[in-house]
Amino acid sequence: MAVIEVKDLTRTFRSSKGLFRRNAREVEAVRGISFSVERGELFGLLGPNGAGKTTTIKMLITLLLPTTGQASVLGFDVVAHPREVRRRVGYVFGGDRGLYDRLSGLDNLRYFAELYAVPPREQRTRIHELLELVGLTGREKERVEGYSRGMRQRLHIARGLLHRPEVLFLDEPSIGIDPVGARELRATVKALVEHGTTVLLTTHYMFEADDLCDRIAVIAGGQIVSSGTPDDLKQRVSSGPVVEVEVYGVLGGVVDRVQGLPGVRSVVVEERGQAQVLLVHVEPGAEVTQAIMSCLDDARVGRVVTREPTLEDAYIELVGTP
Amino acid sequence: MSTLRLVLVTWWLQLKIRSRSAFDGLLGLLWPLFFATTIFLMYRASGAEGSALLSAAVGASVMGIWSATSTSASFTLQQERRQGTLELLVAAPTPFPLLIFPVTLSMATVGAYSMIATLLWGRFVFGIEIAVANPLAFVLSTLVTVVGIGMLGFLLAISTVRYRSAWAIGAALEIPVWLICGFLIPLQVLPVWVRPIAWLLAPTWGMSAIRAAAEGRGVLADLLACIALAIAYGFIGMLVSRHMLNSARRRATLALS
Repeated sequence: MAVIEVKDLTRTFRSSKGLFRRNAREVEAVRGISFSVERGELFGLLGPNGAGKTTTIKMLITLLLPTTGQASVLGFDVVAHPREVRRRVGYVFGGDRGLYDRLSGLDNLRYFAELYAVPPREQRTRIHELLELVGLTGREKERVEGYSRGMRQRLHIARGLLHRPEVLFLDEPSIGIDPVGARELRATVKALVEHGTTVLLTTHYMFEADDLCDRIAVIAGGQIVSSGTPDDLKQRVSSGPVVEVEVYGVLGGVVDRVQGLPGVRSVVVEERGQAQVLLVHVEPGAEVTQAIMSCLDDARVGRVVTREPTLEDAYIELVGTP
Repeated sequence: MSTLRLVLVTWWLQLKIRSRSAFDGLLGLLWPLFFATTIFLMYRASGAEGSALLSAAVGASVMGIWSATSTSASFTLQQERRQGTLELLVAAPTPFPLLIFPVTLSMATVGAYSMIATLLWGRFVFGIEIAVANPLAFVLSTLVTVVGIGMLGFLLAISTVRYRSAWAIGAALEIPVWLICGFLIPLQVLPVWVRPIAWLLAPTWGMSAIRAAAEGRGVLADLLACIALAIAYGFIGMLVSRHMLNSARRRATLALS
């Protein structure tokens, strides 16, 4: 049986403005998504801002009620049995918030250990174990307001693991962490999965998803547009190479002209400093470099590279223009 | 046992959070003294003396407890929402009311300081003789009043979970409760229709018990009424919290955005 089971889940947010004339507005954040996560699996939800990733996680950890559809975690329905779900899951989100700044790291962990009913006898050992795991030993008595972003994030992770959750939800956990910290975080997550924890991760970083996830669902506009292993996604979306052309000042109509070339599957323009980079996804076997160059006759062209597709290319193709 | 431990730990950590800010601390120390000074000067200007001044001192001290609880408890939950911890509290398996009660109780405890400060201020700065006829009953009544006010703050705080602007209710109720609960003026001088409202508020009975203890009258009936209302607030809060939490989950009001 799947550990996380999501079926036709939707979530609509309603808001209204105005004192006398209330203008109601509806936003469909999640539009009928379905997926399942097996025990011990590391499942990634990948998507741009506003795609519905955090909303999905918040429904699964019982902070939001779904508008329609069903979701269960470890066999417990998230609407009917929220406390059963809460006992068994951990939640870690990225960013600066979610901690008591005026308390020390140790006091923060003590408090959440109480909230998650960690037996008093185990609390001290467990907290020290986790401080060791996230590399905060020796800094635990300092107030959180003096912690760097990376230290806060590591404290978040320790907090999320206090009660040894069977399922861990990580919502962009590496946001704002330096590369060394992010690498350590990935190692921690890998170790957790090796010890049997099921992880649902959302991230913006493709290499993180590629490195960590067993399976990925790409979500855009509240819908899952593709899912599978990272390799599946790369194969499925863009089975041909990618031509990267650095251009200074892309003229109007160039993208349409390149898009219209035979053998071109899609074109995306990426801003890189003063230059724009045309990312041209090509059909397998097609030779289009010369044809692309002829479309750019008046533009100043820099580096031209042909390479194999990455997960990022697959992602960009799936969710549209970045 | 674990529930008691949870309440104590939360209460202690909330006190710790409040004690860590020099600004909050200073404001907490000075605020009740401004109340007390205003009231003592008003009473003195009207020629009050003896038991009337003692009554004013006791009234001013309970005002401090109420003000520290009503505004702070709701504001603290709004603060939890801002710093992103409200979601974590809700996402924990512990029943939510058990997390809110110690928060409001810690506010009421901070307010209890204002009672001591007000009485000492009255004694040493304004020369009011603090002659408490029944000290034991006085202390007991004060403790029950702190709990009663804490529970009323708990009821107000619960609504903050559902409504993002509900923290303002605490601030809005601060001064009306001073008036309705007879902190400074006797209930008898208020319109008759106000009295049933006053009777439903635990601070009315707590205030009455504290005054009775100071004057050496019986406190039992007032204390029982205060305790009964505190229990009722707790019960209503527990029932309402489930509805409020579900509504907050439905309307997505646990986070700021």
